[in-house]
Order: sequence, then C-alpha cells, then structure tokens
Amino acid sequence: MMKQLSQRLLGPVTLVLLGLTFWLGLWVTPPDKVQGNLVRLLYVHPAIAWVALYVSFGTATIASGLYLWKRTRSLTMDRIAHCAMEVSVVFIVLTLVTGSIWGRPTWGVWWAWDARLTSTAILGVLALGYLALRRANDDPTLRARRSAVFAILSAINVPIIHFSVQWWKTLHQGATVFTSSRQVLVHGVMAWTLLISFVGFTLLFFWLLRARYRLEVEREESSAATLDEVLAARRSEGAL
Amino acid sequence: MVLKNGFPLLSGVDLDIEGGSLSVVTGANGAGKTSLLRLLAGLVALTSGEASVAGVDLRAGDLRQLRRRVGWLGHEGSFYDDLSVRENLVFAARALERPVSDIENVVGRVGLEHRIDTTTKQLSAGQRRRLGLAWLLLRRPQLWLLDEPYASLDDAGRTFFDDLLADVVAGGATVVVSAHDPLRSAELAPRTILLAGGRVVGGAR
Amino acid sequence: MIRTALLVCAKDLRIEARSRVLLWQVVPFGVMALLLSGLALGPAHAGSSSAGPGLFYLVSLFVALLMINRSQGIESTPGTKASVATLGLDPAGVFLGKSLALAVELWITGVVLLAGAVLVLHTALHGAVLALPSIGVTLAAIAAAGTLYGALTTGGEGAATLLPVLTLPAFAPLLIAGERSFSAALHGGTLWEWWVILVVALVAYLAVGILLYGVLEES
Repeated sequence: MMKQLSQRLLGPVTLVLLGLTFWLGLWVTPPDKVQGNLVRLLYVHPAIAWVALYVSFGTATIASGLYLWKRTRSLTMDRIAHCAMEVSVVFIVLTLVTGSIWGRPTWGVWWAWDARLTSTAILGVLALGYLALRRANDDPTLRARRSAVFAILSAINVPIIHFSVQWWKTLHQGATVFTSSRQVLVHGVMAWTLLISFVGFTLLFFWLLRARYRLEVEREESSAATLDEVLAARRSEGAL
Repeated sequence: MVLKNGFPLLSGVDLDIEGGSLSVVTGANGAGKTSLLRLLAGLVALTSGEASVAGVDLRAGDLRQLRRRVGWLGHEGSFYDDLSVRENLVFAARALERPVSDIENVVGRVGLEHRIDTTTKQLSAGQRRRLGLAWLLLRRPQLWLLDEPYASLDDAGRTFFDDLLADVVAGGATVVVSAHDPLRSAELAPRTILLAGGRVVGGAR
Repeated sequence: MIRTALLVCAKDLRIEARSRVLLWQVVPFGVMALLLSGLALGPAHAGSSSAGPGLFYLVSLFVALLMINRSQGIESTPGTKASVATLGLDPAGVFLGKSLALAVELWITGVVLLAGAVLVLHTALHGAVLALPSIGVTLAAIAAAGTLYGALTTGGEGAATLLPVLTLPAFAPLLIAGERSFSAALHGGTLWEWWVILVVALVAYLAVGILLYGVLEES
C-alpha cells in the first residue's frame, strides 16, 4: 500500500518541487553580484547534470551490474537499464544545452573545449551508442548481455568526468557548492533553491523512468502476442 | 522452445537419445535439424522447456561445461582459414592439453597426411570435413554432433565417414548426425528422428 | 589463464604473419591517413610539430578500428566460433591473448606512424623517443578496450559501422591522455596526471575484460 501511495504521489510531488524551483529561481532569488540574472540558469543546470551523469547513468549501470550477476539476473534489470539510459540521453542533451546557453554570454562562445563539457558530450555519445547496440541485436538475452557490459564499460568514464575539473583546470567553474575543504559557498534562499532543484529533478528522473518502463512492458506484451501467431504458423509447417 | 530473433526455431521437441547410440535427424530445409544439433551442443540457448544433455541442464547448467563434452562438426568452415591443417590441430591439442604427437595419428586416420601443411582455405570441402573429423578425434568427446557431414562428399567419402562413425559408436560415444536423405539414413543408423516445422513428427528404429 | 592467453596470442599473430593484412593493408592505410592529415592542415601548418601528437593518435585510432574488426573477424565465422567454443578455453585467457596480439600489432603500426610523424609532420625525434613509453601504454589500453568493444559488436546488425560508434567515444579519454603525455614529452610539462589516466584505464579495461569476456562469449 505504501508502494502504491508513493507511486501515485511521485508525479504530483515532482511537479510541485519543479514548480517551486522555477518560481524561486526566476522571481524570488536575487541576481548574482557578478553573473547578474544569468545565475538563474544555475538553479537548473547543475541539477540536470547531476541527474544526467550520476542518477540516470548510475541507475543504468547498477541495473546492468545486477543483470550480469547471476543471483539478480532478470530481464526486469535489463529493462530498467535500457529505460534509464534513454532518460539519461535526454538529460545529457539538456545539460549540454543549458550549459551552452549559460556559456555563450559568459565565455563568448556556444561551445568551449572545456574538460567537463567535452567529457559530458562524450558520455552522451556513449549513451547513444548503448541505444544503437540494443537496436543491433534482436535476441533479448544477447541484447541484454551486451548492453549490460557496454553500460559498465561506459561508466568507467564517469569518474574521469568527475576528476576532470581538478586535473585539467580549464574554463569550467570549479566546485560551486562545496570547496575541497567542504565549506559551503552558496547561502540563503539560493542554497534552498538549489537543493529543491536537485530533489525535484531527481524525482523527475524516477517519474520518467517509471513511465518509460511501463511503456516497455506494454510493448513486450504486444510482441508476445505476435509470437503466438508466429508459433502457430511454424507448427503448421510440420502438419502432415 | 528455442527462439532466434523472435522466430521459433524449435518448439515442442520431445526426445530421448540413448548413450552409445547412432541417431540421424532428418527433414526438409528449415525443419530445425541444425537448430536441434546446436541446442544439444549448447551453442544456442533454450528459451523455455526442459532439456538435459550429457548430464548438464540446458536452462540452468553450465553450457561451457557441456561444450567441452561435445564434439561439433558444422557444415560451415570450422577452422582458421589462414592456418595449416597442422597448425589448426596443434592449436586444438594445446588448448585441450593433449600431446602434440597425437596429431600425426589423427591426420593419418582421416587421410590428410599429404595435406598436413596446406592452409585450410586451400582444402576442398571434403578435405575440410576430414579436418573437422580429425579435430573431433583429437578431442574424443562423449557426444558427437555432425551437421550434414555428407553434403559435398562423393561415395568414397561417405563410406569413409560411415566406417569412422561405426568405430566411434563402437568405442562408446553417442553420435547424432543430421542428413537430408532419409533413404540413406535408414541404411546408416538404428534410429531416425524426423523433424518438420521445428517439431519431432516421426522416426523409426 | 596465462597459458591460454599465450596460446591465443600466438595463434592470432601467426594468422597475421601468414595473411600479412597488417603489412599490406593496415600500415599503408595508416601512412596515407597521416599524409592526408598533413594535407588537411594546409601548407602553413603541415610541418608543425604541435600537430604531430594529436594526428599520430587520431590516425592510430582509425588503424585500431581496422585491426579490432580483423581480430574479431577471425573468430566470428559461425563454424569457427562453434568449433573453438567446444575447446573450453578460459574466456579471460582468450581476452588477454587477443588484447596482447592486438597490442603487438598496434605497437608495430605505431612505430611506423611515429616515424611518419617525425618525417612528414616534423615532430621532434628526441621527444618522440621520450614519448615511447606513454605511447606503448596508450596503445595497450586501446587494444584492451578494443578487444572488449569488438566482442560486443560481432554478429550484430551493422557490426562494422557499430564498432566506431561504440569505441571512438570510449577511446576519447585515451586519445586526450595519450596526446597530452606525448606533447609533454616534446615540450616539457607535467606528465603524472596523464600517466594516472592511462594506467587506470588500462587496468580497468583489463579487469573488466577478465571478469566479463566470458559473458560476451556466451553471446
């Protein structure tokens, strides 16, 4: 019952939090001393990037790992990985778009060869590669195995992205919320807006994942019905 | 059931094959002969149903373990084309931890001693079949699965195969062969299994 | 595992030595690609040693794609795959053997391409020699990654076109680290970060390959 209640509340709570983010971000929070109103984009960009790089890609990787582990192997895990990766592609594109929109007035260009931007774009192509790999294999078990291994290989890139800012020290901002000594740099209503944004976009990911998962289950049920017809036709080949 | 890309290659196959016997699976093109042999070899996955081969459960068991116990001879090329007969067999012998000296014996038995240093791509179809048999003789598996071994063979080649298989069965191995021609197959073996539309539809002892 | 790796590596290298695809097709392709990259830069920049490391690695990646396809193609004819499957080879050993063979082939091609970069792109010889260790590790990491990605694509629809889609993004961090360490060898600069990336990537791909190549072989 708790599970059903939480599932029913997921959508409304997500909408409320996102609505709150946009209201606070656009109207309530003050402009930044240096960036002015451009800072308002930063109430969504880091949250979207967090979901893209860690939540969605992480979910796909964990589900892929669980698929490969014999004890938890099931096509449910494969479905979760596939759906999470699809949602990840959407969030990665949004990360790059919002980042570009912020970058244009800040850096003067839509695209800069910054380590984090570049690595995020690479991760986006990897996610598209995952989807391309799935399309290349019709057999469900073969597809699940190969996709799972590929997702884990792609996840190797996530720590490279994480460390890229410290190691390459290019145009991208350094740590925005915490310094390396864990001192908080953002205060007051800005900090609350950022926190609500992170929670809201994370819940949005799970809402989209659930919707996409349901669609996938319906698609497979429709394929199973087709299999019955194909089986009947195959058996009629053997009728003497 | 065995599904490939959503198509049921085999379904409703109810079969028992005794150890130490020679069986022939026969049927028209597309009946499922190759699929059945590949299933028995652990080369394709069982989608639903129960099956056990050489003591290994095909759904839950270790298929890698099964493959070590079976010998497979497909109708496609089975070896590394750029390696010679000797090099292919040395590779197999080292992989199986058999003495390399065994190679001379098996090559002689299959009549390829004069082609031992010829690269595989230069062999005829019949000679490639003999190389496949040499590979199996080196392996000495419990279960031999031969997919249309008589295709492209002349009468002498067929007689050679029949004699060799009779020896192998006499030695205690189980042999399953697929063949198109039911008349010849009835002469060959005590048991035939007739497949059509992915199912067993008949057979004789 | 090691015994199987050496057996498979020797087999792959023997096939390569017999067929001479590396010598007559891949190396000439690499040399031509290097020449084309010089032409693409234009006469003012073609002889610039600052372009050398990046172009060297870019061409190496394209060469690697050809070699990965070839390495997997050897195993993926249906009959060969089935026959070899019955030998019961340790998949981790197969992965290591194929990666090692591919690495040797890439090192051989890499030496030729490096000579090409020194000759036609005017990359400094002294710096190129200093960069050899990092080049060796980068190409080894590409070989390990490529063997894994190659196994993911064999037998699938459009395998030859799918391979670059999957591998090039994954190779990008190796390309960056390789180019940076090569440039540092040429012009001076800190090397250790790039070595960390290269070694971590190599170890990670080897570890994943040893653990998961068996799963891909089951496919």
